[in-house]
Formats: sequence, structure tokens, C-alpha cells
Amino acid sequence: MILKPGKKDIKAIGYYLGKIIVGLSLTMVVPILVGLAVGEISPVVDFLISMQAGLLIGIILIKLCNTDCELNWMQGMVVVSLAWIAAMFLGAIPMYLSGHWGSYLDACFDAMSGFATTGLTLVQRLDHMSLTHNLWRHLTLFIGGQGIVIIALSFFVKGASGAFKLYVGEARDEKIMPNVIHTSRFIWMVSIAYLIIGTFVLSLIGIFGGMKPFSAIFHGACIFMAAFDTGGFSPQSQSILYYRSFAFEIATVIIMILGALNFRLHYHIWAGNRKEIVKNIETTTLFVSIITVFSIVAIGLNQSGIYPNAVMFFRKGFFQLISAHTGTGFQTIYSMQFVKEWNHLALVGIILAMGLGGAVCSTTGAIKMLRVGIIFKAFVEDIKRIILPEKAIVIQKFHHIKNVFLEDRQVRSALLITLAYLVLYLIGAYVGMFYGHPFLRSLFESTSASANVGLSCGITSPSMPAVLKVTYILQMWAGRLEFMSVFTLIGFFVAALKGK
Amino acid sequence: MKVFSIKWLLLFIFFTGPLCFSSAAEHVSSVELINRASEYEARTVTYKGEVIAEVMRRGDFAWVNLHDGDNAIGIWVPLALIDEITYTGSYKAKGDIIEVSGIFHRACPEHGGDLDIHALSLRKIESGKLTPEVINPLRLKQALVLLGILLLIWISTLFFRR
Repeated sequence: MILKPGKKDIKAIGYYLGKIIVGLSLTMVVPILVGLAVGEISPVVDFLISMQAGLLIGIILIKLCNTDCELNWMQGMVVVSLAWIAAMFLGAIPMYLSGHWGSYLDACFDAMSGFATTGLTLVQRLDHMSLTHNLWRHLTLFIGGQGIVIIALSFFVKGASGAFKLYVGEARDEKIMPNVIHTSRFIWMVSIAYLIIGTFVLSLIGIFGGMKPFSAIFHGACIFMAAFDTGGFSPQSQSILYYRSFAFEIATVIIMILGALNFRLHYHIWAGNRKEIVKNIETTTLFVSIITVFSIVAIGLNQSGIYPNAVMFFRKGFFQLISAHTGTGFQTIYSMQFVKEWNHLALVGIILAMGLGGAVCSTTGAIKMLRVGIIFKAFVEDIKRIILPEKAIVIQKFHHIKNVFLEDRQVRSALLITLAYLVLYLIGAYVGMFYGHPFLRSLFESTSASANVGLSCGITSPSMPAVLKVTYILQMWAGRLEFMSVFTLIGFFVAALKGK
Repeated sequence: MKVFSIKWLLLFIFFTGPLCFSSAAEHVSSVELINRASEYEARTVTYKGEVIAEVMRRGDFAWVNLHDGDNAIGIWVPLALIDEITYTGSYKAKGDIIEVSGIFHRACPEHGGDLDIHALSLRKIESGKLTPEVINPLRLKQALVLLGILLLIWISTLFFRR
């Protein structure tokens, strides 16, 4: 028997959702202050309207649903999935008011793309956008990358039990510290420390590359947020190609890889346990995966013969590969060059890289390295069972911060999520094909949206059909939350309709 | 008399030379350059667009990005040619409209495989200008109304607490 959600459930969901909306609205103080500092008054008004509308909705929800109850698992999951939709609608308001998006749907597309750290965009006349709005685009990556709910966890949510349910709902099932609120604060601390260092390095490269100091710092901060949060937005329409700098590309490759690593691994590196990088199943799988997939891309590019020397190969082939594998979506080529200049083999390599992703508890999307590693270990274990004598006891271990014995439960979970991602990639590809795009291009764009990458082969544009825009929005949302909280939300609505 | 005619001939070549040169080069859009890159490889093309963002100086050259409405293409320009550029497109300005003639590379060997144009000549077609910011009075009113409602809620919360 399905139980209908009660008033208590709705109050708890509304109360915590309200808190998250208030938290998100307050983040708009940053673009407001920047807008005032650079004298962009009209954008400041846009953000004042958006922030106040958000605060109003959040406060009303908190007041109407005021409760002392701690969240249960179902409520926590529903709060998270709704929070991401609320964030999309709220984050889209200043974007739409800027006039750089053709419709509110287009602005919602970019807001979801930002919060989910995807990087696909429908923005128009980006090169004429105000610094205030441009900063907001990149801030959505930073907020979404660390986790929308993490903001609320860090500042607004009391009680570790409820906080943990929200944290897990946001596809972060690994605690770095015993207390989940301390974990959230650690994630913020690490991110802000890297932000300062990364912005400094990128700004310096920008200044040496002929940019004015203020512009170099602004671009440095934006590109850092987009790279570390594996988002892929950029302040100019040409993405990383705009900077025309090998040093800038190397720096972004390093930041993208740092963003694709597990925050837990960052913690151990910070604590001095550097051997963990070599031993951890995620980093070893990532290393093997990058080499394997790069080989495919390299063979493809070699066949097409477009990049005849090593430097070109690195700056075009390897850069795009790392951008895809880490789920960032920066490009040093034009979208249509994927289709016109790269051959099918190279494209397949990039699709594979996008579909695999980075580490769990990082800002990347997709299947992720821990799951790939676990599935591989399970595969090896099964082969051993066949080869070895029947009486032999086969034990498979892997190292992820500590040595862990491989259990069926872990394999099942890894396979289920992998299967869900593969289905999601295919659904988007079918919708793309329905609108007349070839299979490979449709799969490319669909994988990019579902895996929160942001590379585009030209399908994503303001003129694409509304159904395709909505499909990609749903893919970005489900892909970022790794399905569980989305499934719970669907279950919640089914229970509300059919429950007793 | 002979000196006089040579002078006129030189002046004629000086003024009409660039015109002859630009008419020999093909006028192309960014979409054509990207979609049919192999056809234009190493050919002299003429491309027109708005100067956007910054002119990035690199030694004796500079990178200028020209946006033709669809895409921005990077132009590698000798420093001597960039003096004509006054405005670059941003939130606060409309950039100069520039026409360049130069050699197109689909994967430039000098610049790590970038798709670019190495400029041979540059001509300003239309001057850019500063675009003053316009504040929408309706939006300002909306912001003030929302502020009023929020203050009202805050005051009522204080009242109910008491």
C-alpha cells in the first residue's frame, strides 16, 4: 500500500525548501556588489528584483511551513530535487531580465546548465554582456558545483541528521569529516583556497598575454570557477579559444583535473597523505581511462590529418579530451569543427570520455570513475571464479581512502547507476534524432547534457525546438542529482495521487 | 613631365592597390570559414566584423577578435595596423566594424592549430561608440515594491513575535 504524503511531510519539505531558496537568493548579493563597484546600475536593478523575489518566496515558505521536524529520507530527497528546480527558476530571472536570452525557457536552460555545472548555453550577444550578469553565470557554476544544498547546510540547517539526508540527496554520499556540516564547510574552504590561487595564476597569464589587469582578474576568476567546478561557461563567446594562449590552456587543464578529483582525496592531499593519489582506485581508473580514450581520439585525429604536430595535438585533441573527461566543456575549437573537421572515431572517443566522467564527490557528472573501477574489479573477480578451482575463495579488494572488500551490494549499485546513465544518454539521443539530427551528433549532445559536460557539436542553439531544450534541462537535472532524488520526487507525486 | 606622370602613377597605385587586393580576396562569413574550412585553407580572404573584447598585444602583433553576428574569429594583426581600432565591443560600447584581408588557416601551425586569419590589411568600415546605460523605470519601481513588501513582512514578524 502506498502512503499518501501527509501535511507533516509537505510542511517539512516546504520549510527546508524555503531555507534553501533564501540561501540562494542571498548569493545574489555578490553580483549586486560587483555591479555597484563597476557602475553597472541596470544589471544591479535586475539582481535586486531577483533577490527580493527569491527572499519573498523563501520567507513565505518558511513562515507557512514552520516546523521543528527533522527530515526523513523521502523528505530530504524531495527537498533536494525541488531545490534544484527552484534554483533554476530563480537563477533564470536576472538572466532573462538582461535581455541576452531569447525567452525565459532559454534563461532556465542556462540557469540549469550553470547550477548543474554543464556549460551548454543559449545565450545571445555574450560579448556584449555586463560584467554583473557574466559573473552570475559563473557564480551559478560555483554554487552548483559545491552543491546548492551545501550552502544551506553550511549556514542555515541545524541538526546533522537532516543535513546528511540533504547532502546525500545531492549525489554526495561520501563524508569527508564525521560531521556533514563540517564536511560542507571543508568543501567551501578548499574551493575558496583554490579560487584565490587559481585566479591569481590565470590573471597573471592573462596580463602577460596582453589583457588589462582588471579584465585579466575578472576573466581569471570566471574561468577558474568554470574550470574547477567543471562547468564550462566562459566570459567570451569563443570559450578558451579567445585567450589564444598555450599557458592558459595548460593552467585550465590542471584546474579541470583538480576539479574532477574527489574532495575526500583533496582532504588527504591537504593532510599530507600524497600517496593516496597513486593508490586510490578513482585516480588510477581516471589515469587508465584518459590514456585509453585519448588513444581513440588520437587515432581518429591522425586519420583526419588536421593536426600534424604534437603541440597542435595537445592543444586541440588532448585539451578537448580532458575537457570532456572532467565534464567541463571548455573548447579551443568551434562547435561545428567537431562535425566538419574531426572524424567519427575521434567523436566517439570524446563521447566515451564525456560518458565516463571524473570522481565521485567532485563537481563532475556522468558515470564516474569509482563505479567504472568497481565494475572492472567485479568483472576481474568473475573471471577469476571461472579460471580458479571451484573450492578457491576469491576475494577482490580495492583502495579508496582505505582498503575495501568488494561486495555485491557495491557492484549492484554501480551497475544500476551506470545503466541509468546509459538509458539517459540514449533517450536524449532519440529526441535529437526525432528532430532530424544524425545519430552520432544527437548522442554527442545528449551525453554532454546528461553527463553535465557542456561540449557542443552545434545542436544546442537558441533556435532549437522547445522540446529539445526541455529534454536537455531534464537530462542536466537528473544527471547532476544521479537519479535517486529525482526518482524519489516522482514517487512522491505518484503517492500523492494514488496513495491512501 | 616624366617625373610628374610617375608621381601620379605611384599615387594611383597607392590608393587603388588595396582596393585591387581586396577585390581579389574572397569575402567570407564566419559560418563559411568554419563549415568549409578546408576549402579556404591558406587562401586570402576578406572578413568583416565588430571588434569585440580586448586587443591583446603579443610582441609585434596583436590578437583582434572580429564578430560577424554568428561567430568571432581571431585575427593575427601586425601592431602597425591596429592603430585604427578605437572602440572594442563590450557592455558599455559598440566596437568598430573592421574589414580585414588576410590568409586563413583552419589549423594554424604557428598558433597551435587555432582557426585564424593572419591579417595583411585592415580597414575601418564604421566607427564604434559608447553605449550609455538605460535604466528601465518600471524595473526600478518593481524593485522598490518588492523591497516594501519584504520590509512589511519583516515588521509584521516583529509584531507577531511580541
